[in-house]
Amino acid sequence: MELTSPSYLVKEKVLAAQDYILFCGQAVSNLFRKPFYFADMVQQADLIGVGSLPIVLLTGFFTGAVLSLQTSNTLERFGSITLVGQLVSTSMVRELGPVLTGLMVAGRNASGMASELGSMIVTEQIDAMRALGTDPMKKLVTPRVSATVFMLFFLTIISDLIGLVGGLFIAKLLLRLDARQYWSNAWQVLVFQDIFMGLSKPLLFGFIIATVGCFYGMTARGGTQGVGRATTQAVVAASVLILAIDLVLTRLLMAVLSYH
Amino acid sequence: MSAPTLPIECAAPATGHDSTKAIAFEDVRIGFGDNEVLNGISFHLNRGETKAVFGVAGSGKSLTLKLALGLLCPDSGHILTLGHDVTEMQEKDLFALRGRIGMVFQESALFDSLSVAENVAYRLTEEHGIYDEAIDMKVREVLRFVELEHTLNLYPSELSGGMRRRVAIARALITQPELLLYDSPTGGLDPVTSNTIIELIVKQRDVNKTSALLVTHRLQDAFTMATHQFDRKTNKMVPLPPGQHCEVPMSFLILRDGKVIFDGDLGQLACTQNEYIKEYIS
Repeated sequence: MELTSPSYLVKEKVLAAQDYILFCGQAVSNLFRKPFYFADMVQQADLIGVGSLPIVLLTGFFTGAVLSLQTSNTLERFGSITLVGQLVSTSMVRELGPVLTGLMVAGRNASGMASELGSMIVTEQIDAMRALGTDPMKKLVTPRVSATVFMLFFLTIISDLIGLVGGLFIAKLLLRLDARQYWSNAWQVLVFQDIFMGLSKPLLFGFIIATVGCFYGMTARGGTQGVGRATTQAVVAASVLILAIDLVLTRLLMAVLSYH
Repeated sequence: MSAPTLPIECAAPATGHDSTKAIAFEDVRIGFGDNEVLNGISFHLNRGETKAVFGVAGSGKSLTLKLALGLLCPDSGHILTLGHDVTEMQEKDLFALRGRIGMVFQESALFDSLSVAENVAYRLTEEHGIYDEAIDMKVREVLRFVELEHTLNLYPSELSGGMRRRVAIARALITQPELLLYDSPTGGLDPVTSNTIIELIVKQRDVNKTSALLVTHRLQDAFTMATHQFDRKTNKMVPLPPGQHCEVPMSFLILRDGKVIFDGDLGQLACTQNEYIKEYIS
């Protein structure tokens, strides 16, 4: 195996980061340049949004349920079991809803985008598209980015709601809590900052998922093996970026919203 | 399989080409890493002419087509395609120029998620937004030209290799481009299917007289093109009478070690003194 010098490795990473930033810039600027490919965006919204709905529903439900179950033990020790609804609500809306939905959609769609575009690259379909006078960035990347950002926002709202239902399921059946009290607590504890934080995250996560997936796909090299590698790397990179950016964004929003 | 014997006597170099060039390469160099694939090549393709490009694998034949289309940018030199210097143009400006050129890729490069009709209509639906009746008529017409009208609703995966090439040709022809680029259109096909594809290219050449650059590693294909013409009455490719030249100018370009070692017509090729070329065509 050939050894790579550290300086070469660093240069390669910096170059890849630069290419990714330029790629994102191009994807965004295409939103304001004709043609717009609205039909492609709707098609992608269906594939990404409606297609991801089952996995988001299941993830949201079970996360809310297990959160309710885990926290009930601790809350019971302090005699505050009735606060389960509040805890599930704030956790889901502020953090778990956006992050887990983002991770699920990243696993499903970043890989799909990378493999689809990667296959098109290695079979010369992207070159054919360019040869036929179509900009692949406009036709393939921008609709995916806008559709993912748009749909992840609504998927997160659904995930939050279903998470609360999952929490209620445990609270009602196992903890024997009153459903009305659970909903009342869950609703009343939420403030503007919670909602703002919870709904601003999916916008950024959606952008990361689509751009990372498309970037790895469009830069795939080395035949089917290269496509496989690009697919794996896209999921890993998108997932890690979501978690890392979540931390930074949370801190930033806490500071901006004067919120603890 | 050896190439057929050249049926043409040694002729004087072809003169009197149209000064307007469809493609002109001027000292073009391109390399990948340490491997310099094209090392300062210069040649031109006149409007209305068909030029066959030969060379061993890795000699940069397909690369010349991608460079001519602006899909790749050379390290140095200039490439004029339909009068535009593609080396100086930005990607966004190249899309309009590419709309005037038809390209047939080596492996067809059909969009596998689109049907044959959608593939062929791709350029028109991109222009008009929807696949309407007028587009459908054009699609049927061009598919009839390649004798594949019955495959309209099939997907590329349901077609044979030869049929895919013919669909790719139909896709390239639908907008009546000013220039056609064929990248090994018969590569990997059996002799009978290859002959069908060549007949189709000859038909396009003689009926529409479109300038074309054809990359191939099969000498017999290019020789067939140089020695045959399309007969509209019988709708078949027929051999040219001895001594008669093809109505559409046909020339040959041979690449070796990143250089052009031959650029001329069939007569010049037949009486070349270059040992490598003699061995190559024997």
